[in-house]
Amino acid sequence: MSLAVRACLTRDHFTLDVDMDLPLDGVTSLFGRSGCGKTTLLRIIAGLERVRGARVRFGDRLWQEGRHFVPLHHRRIGLVFQEHSLLPHLSVRDNLLYGYKRTPKSQRRLHLPEVADMLGIPELLERPIDRLSGGQRQRVSLGRALLTSPQLLLLDEPLSALDAQTKREIMPFLSRLAKEAGVPIVMVTHAPDEVERLADRVVFMHEGRIERSETLREALGRADSPLFADEGPASVLEGALGPMADEGLRPFGTNGTRLWVACPDDRPSGGTGRLRILARDVSLALDDPQRISIQNHLRVTIERIDPLRDHRSLVASRTADGQLLLAEITTRAAAQLNLAPGQPVYALIKSVALMG
Amino acid sequence: MFGLGPEDWQAIEVTFKLCLYTTLILLVIATPIAWWLSSGRSAARVAVQAVVALPLVLPPTVLGFYMLIVLGPRGFVGGTLESMGLHHLAFTFEGILIASVIYSMPFAVQPLTEAFNNLGRRPVEVAGSLGANAIDRFLTVILPLTRGGFVVAATLTFAHTLGEFGVILMLGGSIPGETKVLSVLIYDHTEAMNYESAHRLSLMLLIFSFLTLFIVYGITRRFRVARI
Repeated sequence: MSLAVRACLTRDHFTLDVDMDLPLDGVTSLFGRSGCGKTTLLRIIAGLERVRGARVRFGDRLWQEGRHFVPLHHRRIGLVFQEHSLLPHLSVRDNLLYGYKRTPKSQRRLHLPEVADMLGIPELLERPIDRLSGGQRQRVSLGRALLTSPQLLLLDEPLSALDAQTKREIMPFLSRLAKEAGVPIVMVTHAPDEVERLADRVVFMHEGRIERSETLREALGRADSPLFADEGPASVLEGALGPMADEGLRPFGTNGTRLWVACPDDRPSGGTGRLRILARDVSLALDDPQRISIQNHLRVTIERIDPLRDHRSLVASRTADGQLLLAEITTRAAAQLNLAPGQPVYALIKSVALMG
Repeated sequence: MFGLGPEDWQAIEVTFKLCLYTTLILLVIATPIAWWLSSGRSAARVAVQAVVALPLVLPPTVLGFYMLIVLGPRGFVGGTLESMGLHHLAFTFEGILIASVIYSMPFAVQPLTEAFNNLGRRPVEVAGSLGANAIDRFLTVILPLTRGGFVVAATLTFAHTLGEFGVILMLGGSIPGETKVLSVLIYDHTEAMNYESAHRLSLMLLIFSFLTLFIVYGITRRFRVARI
């Protein structure tokens, strides 16, 4: 499945000029700063913004070209906005079923019980909307969109109105949804951690243009990635989260790359998940240090060393199972240890830096 | 009843018919206008907003004069009707109905525009994404969420049409059973020094109007929609 959009639009002091053809598989993230046009692009895809001369094609369906325009209610798109999108005059159940009832029986793939279970909302069904928390509202919005059995799910900054705690609570539901619902997802966001945890592909936008479209792996593999602009470089390890072991730690990953994570007990274990590790939380050592508080000592092989600004170096290394791990250290430290590509070293990561 | 004569009852009937029809017609016309007005800030919208609000500031005689010209036998509308073998609209019930619709337009359009502005576009976009077409969206989302605005628009339109005088006098004259409404009848009673009848009808209108506004403001408080 692919999504092709060509649009040019000038409004006040803003110009959007895009021409993209995206393979759609899993989660695609439209990433950029506020005002870069990512939400406008999403609205053009949805048909909420009818830009003259635009062309939108989804798979083999032409949604917009010339005077041909398929209205939103015929596009079979699930939409989730930042906030305040539940219909206030309806209960949770009626919100969830609003789209379901309007989906032809033959096209219904997902049904209320399974979607409610997937999002952990069965006990909320009879509640009025104004008695839901922000996180619960977003989960109901997601469920409502899913119940139309959409061909495409568009999420417009679905997490940005939520506090950090709620965000952590919803993130697993979103990644589960991406894997289980079998619907391609396009998600607008300006938060690198959301991209790193959820996306498979990233479209970088800047001042109304698409700068680059690449897989998450590629995006995380270069030191100048826009994803690193705020919090610095980060790597994403894939692996399975195990059940709570001793003293509040949970294991993540396979034997060669086992990490102990300080992760709350309520996250489900099993299945593949992602662990985001900020490069500045990773130290390097030539020997495996004993008598040290740091819980995770991973044997890795240095692949590349890139200079960063302010006398820092970004050391990219491979774990035993071939995943990329980034460490941000000072240039002086790199020189003192005489680090070079091909060298085996120990990567040290504090468990409390890994929130899962 | 109430010491009213047949002439009074006839006027009440004409007035009630005029108010009811005006309200129904205006709800149908004003809804799309208000929706359009609330969906952007273009110069065309500002112009339409100003035109709709004109009856608020113009003397009713100005409106009545132009209506008489347009709807009368030599006017654009009246003349066209005459040439089709029909009757022109000056001094007819249909004529004052058209004038009422225009004259009371701001009282329907403004509360609805306000209600639609408060609603925002998000619920409608959501409903669209959930497969609802335009009529479905209107009936299941817009109407239930802005019903306060509709109640206010309907009541104000009804009450304002009740208080119409100048335009009707200019365009409709005072034909019993056709264009003689309560306000005109009160004027006629007073002209004829028939103070007792004038007083009775005036008091009725006063009480009715007060109750209407009382209800409207009660609703606006409850639904938090803007007042005029």
